[in-house]
Amino acid sequence: MHIDPWILAFSFITVAGTIGMGFWSARRSRSAADFFVAGRSVSVGWNASAISGEYLSAASFMGVAGMVMSSGYDALWYPVCYACGYLFLLLFIAGPLRRFGAYTIPDFAEGRYDSPGFRKIAVVFVLFIGFFYTMPQMKGAGTTLHYIFPGLPYWAGVVLVGAVITLNVALGGMKGITLVQAFQYWAKMFAISLPVFVLMSVYGGYGKQLEVQGQSPPAAIVETNRLALPAKAPADNAWLNPFGPLTTKAAKAAAPRLAQPSSVIAGTNTVADPAAQKAWLGEHERGYALLYTYSLIIALICGTAGLPHILVRFYTNPDGVAAKRTTMWVMILIGIFYVFPPVFGALGRNWMPALYSGIGVNGTDGLVLKLPTVLREKYGTLGSILSGITCAGAFAAFMSTFSGLLVSMTGALAHDVYGRILRPSSTPADRMRMFKYSAVLIGLVSVLLGTMVENFEINFMVGQAFAIAAASYFPLLFMSVWWRGMTVKGAATGMLIGGLSAMGAISLTSWTTFISTQAAKFKLLEKAEPAWFVAIKAYSLTDFWAEHPLLRILGEQPAIWAVPLAIGLMVLVSKLTRTAVPADIRMKMLVLHAPEQLGLKQEYIRDHEAGH
Amino acid sequence: MALEPCGKVGFHRRVTKPEPSDPNWIHSETFLRTLQQRQLRLSLGCAMAFLLVVLGLPLANYFAPEFMAARVGGFTLSWLILGVLFFPFVWCIAWIFIRRSIALEKAEVADVNSRAASKPSSN
Repeated sequence: MHIDPWILAFSFITVAGTIGMGFWSARRSRSAADFFVAGRSVSVGWNASAISGEYLSAASFMGVAGMVMSSGYDALWYPVCYACGYLFLLLFIAGPLRRFGAYTIPDFAEGRYDSPGFRKIAVVFVLFIGFFYTMPQMKGAGTTLHYIFPGLPYWAGVVLVGAVITLNVALGGMKGITLVQAFQYWAKMFAISLPVFVLMSVYGGYGKQLEVQGQSPPAAIVETNRLALPAKAPADNAWLNPFGPLTTKAAKAAAPRLAQPSSVIAGTNTVADPAAQKAWLGEHERGYALLYTYSLIIALICGTAGLPHILVRFYTNPDGVAAKRTTMWVMILIGIFYVFPPVFGALGRNWMPALYSGIGVNGTDGLVLKLPTVLREKYGTLGSILSGITCAGAFAAFMSTFSGLLVSMTGALAHDVYGRILRPSSTPADRMRMFKYSAVLIGLVSVLLGTMVENFEINFMVGQAFAIAAASYFPLLFMSVWWRGMTVKGAATGMLIGGLSAMGAISLTSWTTFISTQAAKFKLLEKAEPAWFVAIKAYSLTDFWAEHPLLRILGEQPAIWAVPLAIGLMVLVSKLTRTAVPADIRMKMLVLHAPEQLGLKQEYIRDHEAGH
Repeated sequence: MALEPCGKVGFHRRVTKPEPSDPNWIHSETFLRTLQQRQLRLSLGCAMAFLLVVLGLPLANYFAPEFMAARVGGFTLSWLILGVLFFPFVWCIAWIFIRRSIALEKAEVADVNSRAASKPSSN
């Protein structure tokens, strides 16, 4: 098939630039500290751009736009909470954590509780959350490469991008990444905003795109203001207003069964009559949707404050005040960015509604890449150039986030598992070598996982990684910073049970989604379902969720119960084991909270060294 | 200089700041308690302002759907609040917090130093 030279050129320049900068800075990064926390000398401006660059992943760049197009208003919570989650980080965690001074979250976990055993548990979640977050980045990579090279299968794109970034990280470490990330923030900002401005100047502003929703216009207005929607698209009112397709999915799936439960169970009636369904939905739908919305908000806000690959960057600030200033700038940088993807979503609904009919790499997740090509008809190559720019932005998005995740997961493996647990006597040179081997290992696993998620929405997957972070690291950090009564047993119990139960609940509902999207794919391609699929389909749990919509919502969005569960367990178990509170807890709390000018950290280090 | 982790707490860099001015006061229970309480009060105040809006908006959507669907420049009111106005609102909270928290830290350091000055023998 035809390969657009403009799109190819822009994408190639981004990839070549990223790799080039990685190599360039690799020569400048020598010591172990350079590798892990960039020598702790990164300025506020650089660091804020780098954190933003790393944070704005494929989910933000491609996924949010796609999800706003597919689900409408409810999907707006994602960009808003992705940005505002930083406020919680700023209010409760950023300053104290920086003052305490450690390389990674597992360092903090060990230092706060004087427990090397706790480090092992904490490391596990760096990897869990990291892999959950990696999968959507890989989907972004597969989708983008499939778009640039239409004949290329999805998995090949995943393998290619995975290999390039793994090489880059293995050579450059974190210092290289800081530079590349900072550059990539500005690349992404440019790539998302320029096409939006051009498209709005041609098709009308943000408000106008929304204004046409919900009007019942004659055909002529449809021609000039929007294109006709395919049957699969949600109706205008459901799309534009709260409690639309995303949050009411569970209730809608349950209505046919629960509207007339007795006749359905008796087998006399498999589909309830429409009037009864409508009445049942009228009674239950909005309540369930409200619950879904709240749980999503909690997951995203608390999850941001518990993302290990973002938190590690706060240690690259020179002091606690700089850490706070950095967070402020990150909020401004990413806040401005997040205004744009929903505009893409609204434009896409009006001008590229054909995407509603596609699935996997041809569905709404490709919106940001494809939408500028609608300009081709009127303006020729301008459409291709803008599409090339958004492709370059998409590369910047999944490459920077995947690099950050890889550094963080590799750091956990090389620094914590190898350097602290397996071989505490290893030399810095050993650890540097191990960093490279670990990067390759984690890159391989990420690619493997990435090939399996073609039919999941990018943004949805990232939301789930947030929910796991919200139920594990957020309670750990929040409680460890503010409550001196926490014991290591309390912290470990809460984090493990909260995090694992959230992950379990999410996996159960994702399993059902996997089966149903896979079945839809076979149907669309008019292929017979293979034997392995028929065998696992029997265990899809679809019927169970249809009978228990409330459980489905709590499984898909577990934060509303998992975060209180984790905190509750932390308090309960800590109270039961209160004799195990670290002996020097007052000093630890002082180091966390007292202004750095008082010089308490130095004193604390001296005390500790004297004691060991 | 290669900076390596030292000690089991994972500190990596020696801080060359002045010694604590008044060890007795800094290490007293009262000092820590006031310090934490002041900081927590500030953080909670800002968090409340934020939570009121972020948790109130779904409620407004639930109880006053017609009002939230009113059109403002093409947007629905609810879309305008969530998709555009929310970001500057949060920046304001963050800005106020940072100013106050830096001022708080300065005040604490000044307080400790003034106590040290009034009790020179304790150092």
